[in-house]
Amino acid sequence: MSSKAYKRKLDIRSGCIDMSHGSGGRAMAHLISEVFHDSFRNQWLDRGNDQAAFDVGAGRMVMTTDGYVISPLFFPGGNIGSLAVHGTINDVAMAGARPLYLSASFIIEEGFALADLKRIADAMGAAAREAGVSIVTGDTKVVERGKADGVFISTTGIGVVPDGLDLSAEKAGVGDRVLVSGTLGDHGIAVMSSRQNMTFETDVVSDSAALHDLVAAMVAAAGPDIRVMRDPTRGGLAATLNELAQQSKVGFRIDEDAIPVRPAVAAACELLGLDPLYVANEGKLVAVVAPEAAATVLAAMRAHPLGRGAVDIGRVVEDDHRFVQMTTSFGGGRIVDWLSGEQLPRIC
Amino acid sequence: MKYVDEFRDGKLARTLATEIASAVDPAQSYRFMEFCGGHTHAISRYGLEDMLPTNVQMIHGPGCPVCVLPAGRIDMAIQLAERPEVTLCVYGDLMRVPGSQGASLMRAKARGADVRMVYSTLDAIAIAEQEPDREVVFFAIGFETTTPPTAVAIRLAARKKLGNFTVFCNHVLTPSAIQTILESPEIRDIGRVEIDGFIGPAHVSTVIGTQPYEFFAEEFGQPVVIAGFEPVDVMQAILMLVRQVNDGRHEIENQYIRAVTRGGNVRAKAEVADIFELRDQFEWRGLGPVPYSGLRLKAAYADYDAERRFAMTDITAPDNPACECGSILRGAKKPADCKLFGTVCTPETPMGSCMVSSEGACAAHWTYGRFRDLQRKQAS
Amino acid sequence: MARVMLDGVGKVVSVALIEDLKVGDFVVIHVGYALTKIDPEEAERTLAILRELGVAQPEAAS
Repeated sequence: MSSKAYKRKLDIRSGCIDMSHGSGGRAMAHLISEVFHDSFRNQWLDRGNDQAAFDVGAGRMVMTTDGYVISPLFFPGGNIGSLAVHGTINDVAMAGARPLYLSASFIIEEGFALADLKRIADAMGAAAREAGVSIVTGDTKVVERGKADGVFISTTGIGVVPDGLDLSAEKAGVGDRVLVSGTLGDHGIAVMSSRQNMTFETDVVSDSAALHDLVAAMVAAAGPDIRVMRDPTRGGLAATLNELAQQSKVGFRIDEDAIPVRPAVAAACELLGLDPLYVANEGKLVAVVAPEAAATVLAAMRAHPLGRGAVDIGRVVEDDHRFVQMTTSFGGGRIVDWLSGEQLPRIC
Repeated sequence: MKYVDEFRDGKLARTLATEIASAVDPAQSYRFMEFCGGHTHAISRYGLEDMLPTNVQMIHGPGCPVCVLPAGRIDMAIQLAERPEVTLCVYGDLMRVPGSQGASLMRAKARGADVRMVYSTLDAIAIAEQEPDREVVFFAIGFETTTPPTAVAIRLAARKKLGNFTVFCNHVLTPSAIQTILESPEIRDIGRVEIDGFIGPAHVSTVIGTQPYEFFAEEFGQPVVIAGFEPVDVMQAILMLVRQVNDGRHEIENQYIRAVTRGGNVRAKAEVADIFELRDQFEWRGLGPVPYSGLRLKAAYADYDAERRFAMTDITAPDNPACECGSILRGAKKPADCKLFGTVCTPETPMGSCMVSSEGACAAHWTYGRFRDLQRKQAS
Repeated sequence: MARVMLDGVGKVVSVALIEDLKVGDFVVIHVGYALTKIDPEEAERTLAILRELGVAQPEAAS
């Protein structure tokens, strides 16, 4: 192995990943210490073990895992690193839980710029610190050029949900209200605008954010009256409501006029032939709450910076067919169906 | 969004709905066909059927370019894409359109064919310039709206002397398809299907103008109202059609005056006329062969014709015999009348043309409107 | 080529199919091409007719 060449510090400014960075030798040790430990910095990583041991407070443990393969890696409002941290925290938080620890596993393509990797790791470290969460263990693998697309990140998150709280997808009941925490479609449009062949310009930035603090405020306001929460990521609001309809064996009736969409997102969707209801979000949540608690939860959401634009968009209805129906801004009705295949621009 | 939001205003639409309700003769039924997929989409997407009196029925016509492309042409495109030297550039809609035996460009791509999604013909030109070692073929489909952009690309390729750019031409003409529907036995002879008027295309008409439709008003005694793609446009067009029927008129009226003139886009028409010529006939999925309904490149542009460069041979592939798309496209049947609808034929696994794109009659009904069938079933 | 703007979103499209285009004109866009100009006077005329139908709701168009 070419360990000699790596006795010096990593050339983060202009160097790039080669196969030795995944070989288990000194190059890998340098990479882990100078990129990941430096960015994530916490007491568990400092001990240098292959695992982390930690205390978990009272309550039930929550665990989730997620893979990030986004293209492009950098987009307005974030990058794959901040997205991985936020996304995993959010999946934990949607149980009403407080996220505590994350793991991060990297699959890196040979030739990937160290400067980019450091930017990504820094963004992860910053996102985790800001959320009060630690990335306590991880793994690095390097694959040959062409076998990956820059870098893939897998994260696992652990959190604790307070006793007495049991949010779950089968709990949406007829009459419950549906709340969303703000404008829809920002993330998807921001990412698409930075794709090479899309060639449209917009100042829309991704809404990527950790939502656990917003969730804590909602739980404090009306914990047991919140039936279920979910972050409408891939497939957008449409996919989330259809999933909940199936799992709770109900239907939804939502009101198009109430659904918040930024004018620029609406305009980009118009130009691309997309529907904002199917576009991904990374910093928004959908909450189904008991009707009597809806106003309280909404007020708690609006008092939080990440829920300022929260609105009530509709209700849970009885429906043997599990349809998500929408009253259009026109007064007519339509189904908001699952996405079929990929959402593709229409040509006519 | 200027000139968009105004024409999506719910209040205006409700005013129009009231006006339509008071204009219709309750003793009469009004059956209007919207030819274009764009209109089908607007009707379904905004739930316009809920705002119309029950005796006003919309029939979804064949004006979805992806939907009417026959399986054989998809098979031909797949064969082309499977050639190692070829990069096939396609509009995104085409990726999932089924060829025969479940084949699609998306599956071909998964198996290694170089199929790339483009947003404009100019993207395909750019790929041809950037990758001179690849044979870049643009899979051209669509009506009079997408034909001029293909013409511009061919002219540009000729000017740049791009030797590695060709077009697989599948462009079709709107008026010939309308004529085929009006001449189909269900409508003309048997009188089983009654169409009381047409909503004419929006984008297509910006190019060809209102003049080509004059023939239909005269020859077939059919009222035609050219309408924009926004829901208020569609509602206003329906009101105009109702009034024509009530008055016994059959005229060409233009609701979309903000974008459509009688002569259309002269420059675009000239581009098309210079580069393309009529085929004797072209097959439409659901309608079968339609005379003088398709275009091909003129001999002067043979160098840019993929069918000639790659000596492509025609493939015809039969539609599923149980598929009712043909009758649905002519207005003789509704999506729910088809045995395949919602059973084996869904947007995930489309069997027939109407389920292929979100603008097809069946896909639009499945995606946005199928709750109405269930409501009807429960009511009866 | 020309840049079109829609509520803050910009896109570069071909204007090869249109004559006499000026900065500030409104166009119909399709597959990356401007297909035709929108005539603001005719648009207003259409809206005026529609608004007349609903004289009770003069604020109808936003």
